Amino acid sequence: MSTIAHDDHHDHKPTGLKRWFFSTNHKDIGTLYLIFALTMFFIGGAMAMIIRAELFQPGLQFVDPQFYNSMVTVHALIMIFGAVMPAGVGLANWMIPLMIGAPDMALPRMNNMSFWILPFAFALLLSTLFMDGGAPAGGWTMYPPLVLQTGDAFPFLIFAVHFLGISSIMGAINIIATVFNMRAPGMTLMQMPLFVWTWVITSFLLIASLPVLAGGVTMLLTDKYFGTSFFDAAGGGDPVLFQHIFWFFGHPEVYILALPAFGIVSQIIPAFARKPLFGYASMVYATASIAILSFFVWAHHMFTVGLPIKGELFFMYATMLIAVPTGVKVFNWIATMWKGSMTFETPMLFSVAFVILFTIGGFSGLMLGITPVDFQYHDTYFVVAHFHYVLLTGAIFALMAAAYYWLPKWTGNMYDERLGKIHFWLSLISSNVLFFPQHFLGLAGMPRRIPDYNIQFADFNMISSIGGFAYGITQLLFVYIVIKCAMGGKKARARSWDGAKGLEWEVPSPAPFHTFETPPKLTKKVLESLY
Amino acid sequence: MKGISKLKSSLQKLVLALFFMPLSAMADWALNMRQGVTPISQEIYQMHMVTLWVVTVIGILVFGVMFWSIFHHRKSKGAKASKFSHSTTVEIIWTIIPTAIIISLAIPATKLLIKMDDTSESAITVKATGSQWKWKYDYLDGVGEGITIFSSLDAKSKEISQRDSGLDPMDHVNYLRDVDEPIVLPINTKIRILTTSQDVIHAWWLPDLGWKRDAIPGFINDNWAVIEKTGTYRGKCTEICGAGHGYMPIVLKAVSMQDYTAWVDEKKIAQAASKNTSNIVLNMEELMTKGEAVYKAQCLVCHQANGEGLKGAFPSIVGSPVAVEADNRMRHNQQIIYGKGLMPAFGEQLSDVDIASVVSFTRNAWGNNTGDIIQAKEVAEARKAAKVIK
Amino acid sequence: MDNKKGVKKTTASLLLFTVFMFGFGYGLVPLYDVFCKITGLNGKTIRVTENINREAIVTDRLIKVQFDANINGDLPWTLQPNQRIMRVQPGKFYEAVYTVKNIKDKDITGQAIPSVSPQVASLYFKKAECFCFVNQLLKAGETKEMVVRFEVDKDLPEDVAELTLSYTFFRVKKVASIN
Repeated sequence: MSTIAHDDHHDHKPTGLKRWFFSTNHKDIGTLYLIFALTMFFIGGAMAMIIRAELFQPGLQFVDPQFYNSMVTVHALIMIFGAVMPAGVGLANWMIPLMIGAPDMALPRMNNMSFWILPFAFALLLSTLFMDGGAPAGGWTMYPPLVLQTGDAFPFLIFAVHFLGISSIMGAINIIATVFNMRAPGMTLMQMPLFVWTWVITSFLLIASLPVLAGGVTMLLTDKYFGTSFFDAAGGGDPVLFQHIFWFFGHPEVYILALPAFGIVSQIIPAFARKPLFGYASMVYATASIAILSFFVWAHHMFTVGLPIKGELFFMYATMLIAVPTGVKVFNWIATMWKGSMTFETPMLFSVAFVILFTIGGFSGLMLGITPVDFQYHDTYFVVAHFHYVLLTGAIFALMAAAYYWLPKWTGNMYDERLGKIHFWLSLISSNVLFFPQHFLGLAGMPRRIPDYNIQFADFNMISSIGGFAYGITQLLFVYIVIKCAMGGKKARARSWDGAKGLEWEVPSPAPFHTFETPPKLTKKVLESLY
Repeated sequence: MKGISKLKSSLQKLVLALFFMPLSAMADWALNMRQGVTPISQEIYQMHMVTLWVVTVIGILVFGVMFWSIFHHRKSKGAKASKFSHSTTVEIIWTIIPTAIIISLAIPATKLLIKMDDTSESAITVKATGSQWKWKYDYLDGVGEGITIFSSLDAKSKEISQRDSGLDPMDHVNYLRDVDEPIVLPINTKIRILTTSQDVIHAWWLPDLGWKRDAIPGFINDNWAVIEKTGTYRGKCTEICGAGHGYMPIVLKAVSMQDYTAWVDEKKIAQAASKNTSNIVLNMEELMTKGEAVYKAQCLVCHQANGEGLKGAFPSIVGSPVAVEADNRMRHNQQIIYGKGLMPAFGEQLSDVDIASVVSFTRNAWGNNTGDIIQAKEVAEARKAAKVIK
Repeated sequence: MDNKKGVKKTTASLLLFTVFMFGFGYGLVPLYDVFCKITGLNGKTIRVTENINREAIVTDRLIKVQFDANINGDLPWTLQPNQRIMRVQPGKFYEAVYTVKNIKDKDITGQAIPSVSPQVASLYFKKAECFCFVNQLLKAGETKEMVVRFEVDKDLPEDVAELTLSYTFFRVKKVASIN
C-alpha cells in the first residue's frame, strides 16, 4: 500500500460516482451541465411533440385542454430554465477558464452546488405532472389570478422557480468572480474573447433580474397561502403589477438566452472566415447597450393591458431602439465574413444560419415593438413564431454550433463531419417548415395557447406539425453524433480548426483534467493569436 | 382509415402549396393580416405592410451582401483572407441608417397610437365582461341601454370539440368561431367598448376592429371602433384563462342603425319574457330535451358529455349527492343560480324554465335515475328563498 | 492570477447586489402605486376632503358620467347603480347611489374597487365620500344603499366629454381597510 506511486498530478482525477457528484472541476461540471441541458431539451421537446400532435388536425384527439395548457407551460419552463440556460452555463464552465488562462472557476464548490440544485428543481417541477389537478397550466408567465387556480402543483412551481433562480445566480456570481480575478496576467478586459464578454454581461443580467422574479413569485406564494394581497384587487393590490414585475425580469431573461449565443457566433465566424472579428470594441459596447436597454422595454410585452399612452410611447421607442445595437452586431458578423477565406464546416453552417434566422426573428420583433400594430399581433401565433425564431433557430442553433466547434476539444476526437452537415440541413429545413407558417397563422387570427382551432387554420398547422416532428427526430441524430465522437474518431489536434484563435486551442485535445495550473505567459505573439 | 385519407389529402395540399407558394393559389389561404372594417384597422394594416416591406428590403440587402460574400470569399475559390478588423466610417454609417429608419417608422406609429387613444364622443358604450369561459355584454347607454347578452360557444362546436367525439370539425365551417348569441351593433357609429373580467384575465380581440384589449378583474379598459360595413365579425379570447381558453369566441354582428333599433326592441321584449317563465310547466320528455340542450350549451365544457367531469379539475355529476339525493333539490337549483367555487353563477343568464330543465336533465341522465321532475316554479322559489342550503 | 482576496471581494459585493435586487422587486410595489397615482394607470381614483366654504365655480360645461357595476367571482351579491348616467358640472360635488344586496344566508364582507375610464379622467375624479373607502359588511339577505360623493375636477382635459365610473365588489377574506 505504501509503495503505490503517486499518479502524475496532472492526470489525477477521482473516479466513479464520486467524480461526478462531488466534482469541483470546471470541465466535469461543464460536462454535467451540457448533458443535463441535452436531457431537458429532449423532455421539453417531447412536450412540444405532444403539442404539435394535438395541433396536427382540428378537433381534440390526444389530450384534454387542461393538460394541453400544462404542456405549453412546462415546455416553456423546461426549455428556458432547463435547456438553453444550463447549456449556456455549461459552455461557460468549460470554456471560460480555458479562454482566460485560469486553472478553474473561482468558486469550485459553489459551482458544484449550483449544478446539483438543477436536477432537484426539475424533479420538483416534473413531479407535478403526476399530481391531481395536473401540472401548472397558466402559462410560463404565471399571471395571477389564473396561476392562483393551480392545484397542489402551485408550491412546487414556486419553489422550483426559486431553486432555478438560486442556481443561476450562483453560476453568474461564479463567472464574474472568475473573469474579474483569474485572468492570465497581462490579459486586459478588452483583450478577452467575445464569448467571455457576453457571459460577463449575461451574468450581470442574471444577478439583476432573477432576484426580482424570485420576489414576484414569493408574492404569489404569500398571496395564495398567507393572506397578502399584492396582486389581489380586493385587498388593494393589482394583478397587472405582477406582469410588470415578471417582465422586468422577463425581458432581460430574453437576452440572458440570446447574449451567450452572440458570443458563440462571434468566436466561430472569425475562425472559419480566417479573419479577425470585425469591430471587437463595438461588439462589446453593442452587447452592453442591449443589456442596459433590456431593463427599459419590459412593458412591450403588455401593451394590451391598457397602459397610459405616454407609457406606451416610451416603451415603443425604447424597444425600437434595441434594433440599432442588434443591427451593429449583425453587420459586424457580415463584415467579418467579408473578404475572408471561408470554409463551411458544421459550426460555421449553424452560425451563418443563426445570423440569418435570428435576424428574421429580430425583424418580427421590430414589427411587434410598434404598439398600434402590436394590438393585432399580441398573443397570436405571430408572437410564437417570433420567439421561436430567436430562441430555437437563434439560441439553440448557436448552442449546436458551439457543441460542434468545441467537441474536438472536449473529446479529443473530430465528430463525423458528414453526419454533422446532414444534421444541420435537416434542422434548418425542418425548423423553418415548423415556424415560418406560424407567422401566417398569427396574422390570420390564431391565438396562442389554444388546443383546438377552426378549419381555416388546418393546413398551416399540419405543415407546422410535420416540420416539428421532423425537427424532433433530427435531434436524435445529434445525440448519435455526439456519442460517436466521444467513443472515437479521427484524433483532433490541439488547434482543431485552422483559423481557430484563443487560449483554449493552446492546450491539447482532449483538454487535460487540469489546465493552466501555472498561468500562460501572454507574450505579444500569444495575445495576437487570441483574435 | 378516415384519418389516413385525411392525412393524404393534407399532404397533397402541402405539396401543392409548396409548388404554388408564389402564385395566387394561396388566395384562400389566409397569409396576411386582415384589413378589417374600421378606419383604424385599415391604418394598422397599412402600418403593418409598411414595416413588413421595410424589413423585407433590409433583409434582402443585408443577406444579399452576405450571400455574395459566402459565394465569393470562400477558401475553395482560392480567396485569401484580408486582415482588416474595423472601420470607424462604416460603423458610424450602419449605426445612423438604422436609427433613421426607426425614427421614420416611429413617427406614423405615434400618430396612429394617439388617434386610437381618443375614445371621446362615442354614441354607444358596451361593456364586455370575460369569465371562465364566456363573454357577457352589457349595453350601458343608447337605445339598447339595459340589454345584457351572454355569449358562449355554440352547442355544435361544443359537441364536436369533445375529445374523441367522433365528429368531424371539417363539417362545421365556423367551428370554434360561433357563439349562441352574438353581440349586435350598428355601423357608422362610434362605439366605445369597455373590457373587464369576473375572474381571471381574458382579452377581447376582434381582428376586424384592429385591436385587442385585456379584460382584467377590478379594472375597466376602454377602446373604440367605428364599423363601416355590415357583416358578421369573429374573434377570440387571446389571454390564457384556463382550460376553456380556446373555447370562448367573440362574434359581432354589425347592422344598419335601423336594423339595430329593431333588434333592440325585439331583444327587450324577449329579455322581459325570459324573466317571466316561472309559470311554464313541461312534461318529463320536454324537460329532458330542453335540459340536454341547455346542458350542452352551458355545462358540457367542464362536466363533459358523460357528466363525469375531469378528475382533479371538474367534479362529476354522476352519482353526486347534490344531483341524486331527494333532499338536495333546492341546493341543486341554487348551486346553478349562484354558482359555487370555480363554477360560475347562471342565475342571471338562464331563465327559470332553463334551469328547471337542466336540473331535471342532470338528475335523470347517465344513470342518475332519480325520476325527479323540477318545474320552473320550483326554481322561482329557489331564487326567492334567501337561504342557500349548504 | 489566483486572486483569493479579489474573488472574495467580488463574490461578497455580487451577493449584496443580489439581495438588493430582491428588495428592489418588493420596492416595485410602492413604486408602482406612486406611478399609478401620477399617471392615472388602472384608473384608481383620488380621495379628497370636501371644502364646504369653497366658492362655486361657474361653468356651462357638462360631463357625462356613466355608472357601472360588477361582481367578482362567486361573491353572492348583486350591485346596481340607481342612476346609469348623470350629467355633471366640473368643480361641483354630486352624489350617486348604488344598491347592493347580499343574497346568501351568511354575513359577508366585500370591498368595492373603483375604476375610471378613460384612464386620464381618473386623475380628475375626486371623491369626498365613498363606500369603497372601507370594507362593507352585509348581513345575510341584507340590502343597502351606498353613496359616493364626487367631483369632476374643473381641470379635466377639454377632450374628455364622458367618463365611466365602475365598481367591482370583491369578497374580502381577511378584513382590512385600504386606501
